[in-house]
Amino acid sequence: MKGRIFSVVGSMLLLTVCSKGNQSSAAPAAPPTAAPTNEPAAPAASSAAGGTISGKIKFTGTAPKNPTIDMSEEAACKSKYTTTPTEENVVAGPANALANVFVYVKSGVPAGQKFTPPTTPVVINQSGCRYHPHVFGIMVGQPFEIDNSDPVLHNIKAIAKANRPFNVSQPTAGMKTTRPPFTAPEVMVNLECNVHGWMHAYLGVRPDPFYAVSKEDGSFTISGLPPGTYTIEAWHEKFGTQTATVTIAGTETKTANFTFAAH
Amino acid sequence: MEAEDLGSERGGGGQQVIPALLLLTLVAVQDTTAGKQVYTKWCAGCHGDNGAGDGPGATHMIPPPRDFTGAIYQIRSTPSGQLPTDADLLRSIDEGLPGTAMPGWKTRLSDRQRRDVVAYIKTFSSFFADTTQRPQPITFGSAPGGGSGAEALKVGRQFYDSIGCRKCHGDQGRGNGPSAPTLKDDAGHPMFAANLHENWRFNGGGTVEDIYHRLRTGLDGTPMPSFSDLLDQKFLTDEQLWRLAQYVRSLSPTETPVVRDVIHAPLTKALPHAPDDSAWSAIDDYWFPLVGQVIHKERWFAPAVSGVWVKAVHTADSIALRVVWDDRSQSPDTAWLAHLGRVFTALADDSAREQPALWPDQLAVQFPVSIPTGMERPYFLMGSPNAPVYQWRWSSSARTLATAGLARGIDRFDPITGPGGGIATQAVYDAGEWRVVFTRALASPDTGNQLPLRTGRAIPVAFFAWDGSNGEHGTRMAISTWYFLALDEPVPARVFISPVLAMVLTLGLGMLVVWRAQQKTSYRRQQ
Repeated sequence: MKGRIFSVVGSMLLLTVCSKGNQSSAAPAAPPTAAPTNEPAAPAASSAAGGTISGKIKFTGTAPKNPTIDMSEEAACKSKYTTTPTEENVVAGPANALANVFVYVKSGVPAGQKFTPPTTPVVINQSGCRYHPHVFGIMVGQPFEIDNSDPVLHNIKAIAKANRPFNVSQPTAGMKTTRPPFTAPEVMVNLECNVHGWMHAYLGVRPDPFYAVSKEDGSFTISGLPPGTYTIEAWHEKFGTQTATVTIAGTETKTANFTFAAH
Repeated sequence: MEAEDLGSERGGGGQQVIPALLLLTLVAVQDTTAGKQVYTKWCAGCHGDNGAGDGPGATHMIPPPRDFTGAIYQIRSTPSGQLPTDADLLRSIDEGLPGTAMPGWKTRLSDRQRRDVVAYIKTFSSFFADTTQRPQPITFGSAPGGGSGAEALKVGRQFYDSIGCRKCHGDQGRGNGPSAPTLKDDAGHPMFAANLHENWRFNGGGTVEDIYHRLRTGLDGTPMPSFSDLLDQKFLTDEQLWRLAQYVRSLSPTETPVVRDVIHAPLTKALPHAPDDSAWSAIDDYWFPLVGQVIHKERWFAPAVSGVWVKAVHTADSIALRVVWDDRSQSPDTAWLAHLGRVFTALADDSAREQPALWPDQLAVQFPVSIPTGMERPYFLMGSPNAPVYQWRWSSSARTLATAGLARGIDRFDPITGPGGGIATQAVYDAGEWRVVFTRALASPDTGNQLPLRTGRAIPVAFFAWDGSNGEHGTRMAISTWYFLALDEPVPARVFISPVLAMVLTLGLGMLVVWRAQQKTSYRRQQ
């Protein structure tokens, strides 16, 4: 009798599972995060010669307030702050300058041209239960090092499509993990910590050294570009992307400014 | 095993004329064609025609079916970030993933079919064709001995704390750690930290070896990271990581619980009213599995409570029934609201979408209104309008009194307003577990509706559970079928006296025979 009831329940489940067809795989938008105040990782120095693209990034409207972070579960992180820490979704400087924008040459670099990645690793550090830097770049093939300065468990999960995703743990301060290099360009690889849901960082993986991250005053510089016409893309975690076309001839410096709209 | 290897098995000899490379290519194509047929018939319903984990069944599952296009697999023998081996993929197909909707296929599909399907699902991602991405399995050692000893478990527990397992899995391992409500997979689907007390539901298997392997490889695509780096950096030794695996294993019962149909309630002098009364430790524990209610709308495919542990005891005039179940949240709890939103989004059902709200945890114990005389019992799913069932309904929002009432179908519960309407309860929520004791007199004020409990009879009983923080209320619940409760009868005095009497009589008779025999012998000698 019992068996029969279970088989009824079971077949109902199967029937339902097999017959209903409305899919919705709406994924909630990943809540973005924090940005550091220190200098974003500079791309590998390229040939001193070549052209330069520099500019300033601003936004119009009112920047959304960064949510405060409740670190009560992690006293060791909380103690690193004198005021309540916040996420770093929108880091704004004076006069609506916008930091943490990843600016890169999206197209225009000849496809056959190969760039040797630096052997020095790009380092991301976990300190005060936030990532430093918050937005940064790395070249395909360049070593990637993850450090933990917090005496608490962090896991570092990379969410990637063109590259292999991974998820490794660092339970205490002083741990250093060097990951196998990224194998394909990808803007962006998302890094997150599942122990601390507020921790997010964004990593642009590029095949060339022509990328930069805007500073607190909104400025960025990409140098060493050979002559050519380039599509430049500026990526921001909250405000999306913008592009510009810039033509470089010789060793000149061209300006490309971007203005995002804060909703 | 590579597709080409599989093909060469099939290709056999007799094709020497054709260059080997061409043969292999041809056979590989055949393989994925065969695999596609199997896949389309058996797998696509959940995993989708294009392997994106978006088949028609996907919207009823937490966790969702694997999306093969990203080649991200939980159960591997390789380091985090690497592809699985063919043997890894075959293992998940053969054994299924316990605790999820994925069944094992070993007995349903032939060896060839399962291998073909492995070859086919690899075609959904270009990573498998990339020769720079060859999986390199980790060489796992074997578990050190003495794993169930107190000293070993102490070491394991020490590392459970120091490497932060408790952050997600909770202090006692019931998946209720402070970070548990925030967990998501890569696509934003809600994820649960495993309840480490139910090793028969671990996705990758419940042995010490399985647990150790998961600690080394992590479960890619989920929040569970790999802990291999800790060995490389000498944060702990391999033996200590094994000890951790042994500790985790020790949290679950030695054997997977089996269902025993009849709860025996022994007779006692004094009822234990408190859930943690020491008297309970001497009473036999019975486990009953619960499943999602998928018969009536609103149906529920993601029940949080997978089973209940039940003990019962009675005195001459009263009964105490203790129900214990794992629940990762003490509802209502605002910390789980965002998680609940993700659950509702993932289960885009045919029912109307609901807004997350603060519901309590609930448990119902169900009996017939009177002890049936024959085999006939009311409908197990809360009776029917003409044949109601008698229930005790407990809620975390009124912990000390359960409501007795009559259910007349899944959506109608009429509380008893007069005598017998309240059932005394005592409840404890502790580290991810509810322990609730119901007590009631055996006699009832309304023998037609409020089941009089009698000894020596098989009394049908069933259980229902709701985890409010998982969105469970109304028809969205976990259900059991009918089982039985038997109140042991007092043992009559003759049971103790009769054997003694029989022994004395036997002994006496025996001695008499011996005495008579000796008498005769001595008489003959005298003659």
